[in-house]
Amino acid sequence: MKLSELPPFAPATVVAVADVGANDAIGRRLRELGFVDGEFVRVVGRGPIGADPLLVQVGFTRFALRRSEAARVTVLPEAAE
Amino acid sequence: MDALTIALVGNPNCGKTALFNQLTGARQKVANYAGVTVERKEGEFAAPSGRRVKVMDLPGTYSLDAMGPDEIITRDVCLGRRAGEAMPDLIVCVADATNLRLHLRFVLEVKRLGRPMVLALNMMDAAIKRGIRIDRVALSRELGIQVVETVAVKANGAAELVTHLDRTAGDTAADAASVPEDLHAEVRRILGAAVVMPSRTSRVDDALDRVFLQPVLGPAILAIVMFIVFQAVFSGAKPLQDGITALFDYLGAQATQHMPQGLLQSFVRDCLIGGLGSVIVFLPQILILFFFILSLEESGYLPRAAFLLDKPMSKAGLTGRSFIPLLSSFACAIPGIMATRSIHDMRDRITTILIAPLMTCSARLPVYALLIGAFVPEHAVAGILSFRGLVLFGLYLAGIVAGLLVSLVITLTRKDKAEHPLMMELPSYRLPNARNLAIGLMERAKIFMRRITGTILAANTILWVLTTFPSPPKGATGPAIDYSLAGLVGHALHPVFAPIGFNWQICVALIPGLTAREVAVSALGTVYSVSAGNEDAASAQLGHLISGQWTLATALSLLAWYVFAPQCMSTLAVIRRETNSWKMVAVTAGYLFALAYIASFVTYQIVSRL
Repeated sequence: MKLSELPPFAPATVVAVADVGANDAIGRRLRELGFVDGEFVRVVGRGPIGADPLLVQVGFTRFALRRSEAARVTVLPEAAE
Repeated sequence: MDALTIALVGNPNCGKTALFNQLTGARQKVANYAGVTVERKEGEFAAPSGRRVKVMDLPGTYSLDAMGPDEIITRDVCLGRRAGEAMPDLIVCVADATNLRLHLRFVLEVKRLGRPMVLALNMMDAAIKRGIRIDRVALSRELGIQVVETVAVKANGAAELVTHLDRTAGDTAADAASVPEDLHAEVRRILGAAVVMPSRTSRVDDALDRVFLQPVLGPAILAIVMFIVFQAVFSGAKPLQDGITALFDYLGAQATQHMPQGLLQSFVRDCLIGGLGSVIVFLPQILILFFFILSLEESGYLPRAAFLLDKPMSKAGLTGRSFIPLLSSFACAIPGIMATRSIHDMRDRITTILIAPLMTCSARLPVYALLIGAFVPEHAVAGILSFRGLVLFGLYLAGIVAGLLVSLVITLTRKDKAEHPLMMELPSYRLPNARNLAIGLMERAKIFMRRITGTILAANTILWVLTTFPSPPKGATGPAIDYSLAGLVGHALHPVFAPIGFNWQICVALIPGLTAREVAVSALGTVYSVSAGNEDAASAQLGHLISGQWTLATALSLLAWYVFAPQCMSTLAVIRRETNSWKMVAVTAGYLFALAYIASFVTYQIVSRL
C-alpha cells in the first residue's frame, strides 16, 4: 500500500521508497529523513483542502508531505490490534 | 593556548542557532557566502582560560549529499575546500536529544568526513522531561566520538561544551573508515545500545497539532493569529513612526535654521535628513513584524501555518511557506522579501520575491488616498458600501490577482519542471526564548539599516543632484524642479508617457518618486508649487488642484501605474541583497514597469473613450 493511501492514525511500517525517474532528489531525501525499511510510520493529520498535504510521523519526527511525495513510499499496515 | 576555529553543523531544528547565540552573544557577523545566497554567520568568544574561539554557524541540513547549496557549503567548509574560508579545527555536531533517530544519521555522515569532531547533545532538558534516557558513556563508545550535553536556551547551558573547547587540541580525527555503508542500520544499533525512549512523540505536540491542524479550527485560528499580527504592525507601529517623522522634521527644521541658505543646506536637509527619514520610518513596522515572525517560527507554529496553506498556494505555483512573506508585503515589501529566507526551494523563493512588490504596501496608501479623494465621487453602493472604499479594495485585489497570475506564468515558463518538494519537518512546539528573539531582531534591524541606508543614500544623492541642478535662471517663474535635470528628463519622457495619459508634471514627479511611492505626493506638490503648512493640508490643496486639471482617465491611469510600478528603491535594494544578483533586480524592475505601462495604457485608452 502507498503511504498516501494509508488511513489516518493506522499504524504501519515502511517497506521502501520508489524513485520517480532517474536520480530522484525527493526519493533520496525521503530516505535520508528516515523513510527506510522497517521504520514505524503513521499519518497523523491532513491538510484542510483535498486532504493534502499529509502530516506523517516517521520514527520520532513529523513531516508534512505532499501526496505526490507520500506516494513514493510503500508501507505495510500493521494488523489491527 | 592557540586560538581555535570551530564549525557548528546539524539538522534543521536541532537548536544550532540558539547554541550559536549562547556561545557568541551579540558578537556576530552575518553575511552571504560569496556568489551564493547562503547565509554566512560567524562569531567569537573567549573561553575561561582566555583562549579565543572563532565560531562558524553553518547552514542546517539533513545530509551532506551535494543536493543543494546549503549542503555543498557545509561539506566544503568542514573539509577546508571552500576558497577564502579557514578550515575549522573542530566540528561541533549538534543533535536534538529528543530526535536522535533522525539526527544521528547526520552525525554519522559528518563522522565520515574524517575530521576532528565532538557531538553536542542539545535540548537535554526536554529529553529528560519526556523520559528519554541516554547513556552518554555508551553513546560515546558506540559512536567513537566525544559527547557533551547542552541546553542552548538556558543561561550557562553551553558550559560543558565551552569547557571541552577550552581543553581540546582538536587533533584527533574521527575514524571515517569505521562508519558502515547503511547509516540507518547503524543508527538503530547505536540507539539500541545507548538510548531508551518511552514514547515516540510528546503528548503536548500531539494535543496541539490536533487543534492547530484540525481542518476547520486550524484555518480559523490561523486567521485570528494573522489578524492580531496585522493589527499590531499597523497600529502598534503608528506612534513610533509618527515620532520618527517628527524627529526628522525637527532635524530638517534645525538644518534650515542654523545653516546658511544654499546648496549645502538643501543637501543636508532634503537628501541626508529627509532621505534617511523616509526609510527609517519603516523600521518600527519591520521590527514588530519580525518580532511576530521570529516568535511564530521559534514556537513551531510557522511550519504549521505553511502546512495549512500549502495546497491553495501550490495551485498558483507557490508553496505554503510563501504565505508569511507575501502577507508581510502588505505592510512593506522589504520585510516581506527578507522573510523569504524561510523558503528553502530556490525556485519558490525567487517566485515569491518577484511577486512580493505586487502586494499593496502601506506606502501606496498616500498616493491612493490623494487620487481617490480627488477623482472618485463619494456615494453609497447598495446602501451600505462606500464607492471609494470599493475602489481601494479593487486596487488591493488587482495586486493580489496580478501576483498569482505572474506566479503562474513563471511556473509555466520555467525550464526546470522538476517537482517542488515540500517535505517539511514540523518540529516540537517550544516557548520562544527572549534572548534568541532579541538577537534575531537586532540582526534584522542591522541588515535593514546597513544595506538599505547605503543604497538609499546613494540613490537619494543622485536624485537630489537631478532635481537641484541646474538651478533656475534669474527671473524664472515656474517651480525650480522644472528647470532641473529631472525636469528635462521628465519633459523628455513625456512623449513616452503621453499614450497612457500622463502630463509632463506627472512625468517630472515620477523621477523623485523613484525613492519611495509616497514621495510622489510631495513631488507633485513641488511641481504644482503647492505651499501649505503641513502634509495633510498640502495633500488636500493638491487634490483640489489636480481634480480641476486632470481628466478622470489620467487619474485612473496613474492609479493603475501605482498598482504595478516598482517606484521604490528600497525594494530593489533588498532584492539585490537577498538574491545577490543585479539580474534579478533588472528582471523585477523590468517586468513591473512593463505591467504598469500596459495596465495604465489599457485604463487610459478605455476610460478616455467612455
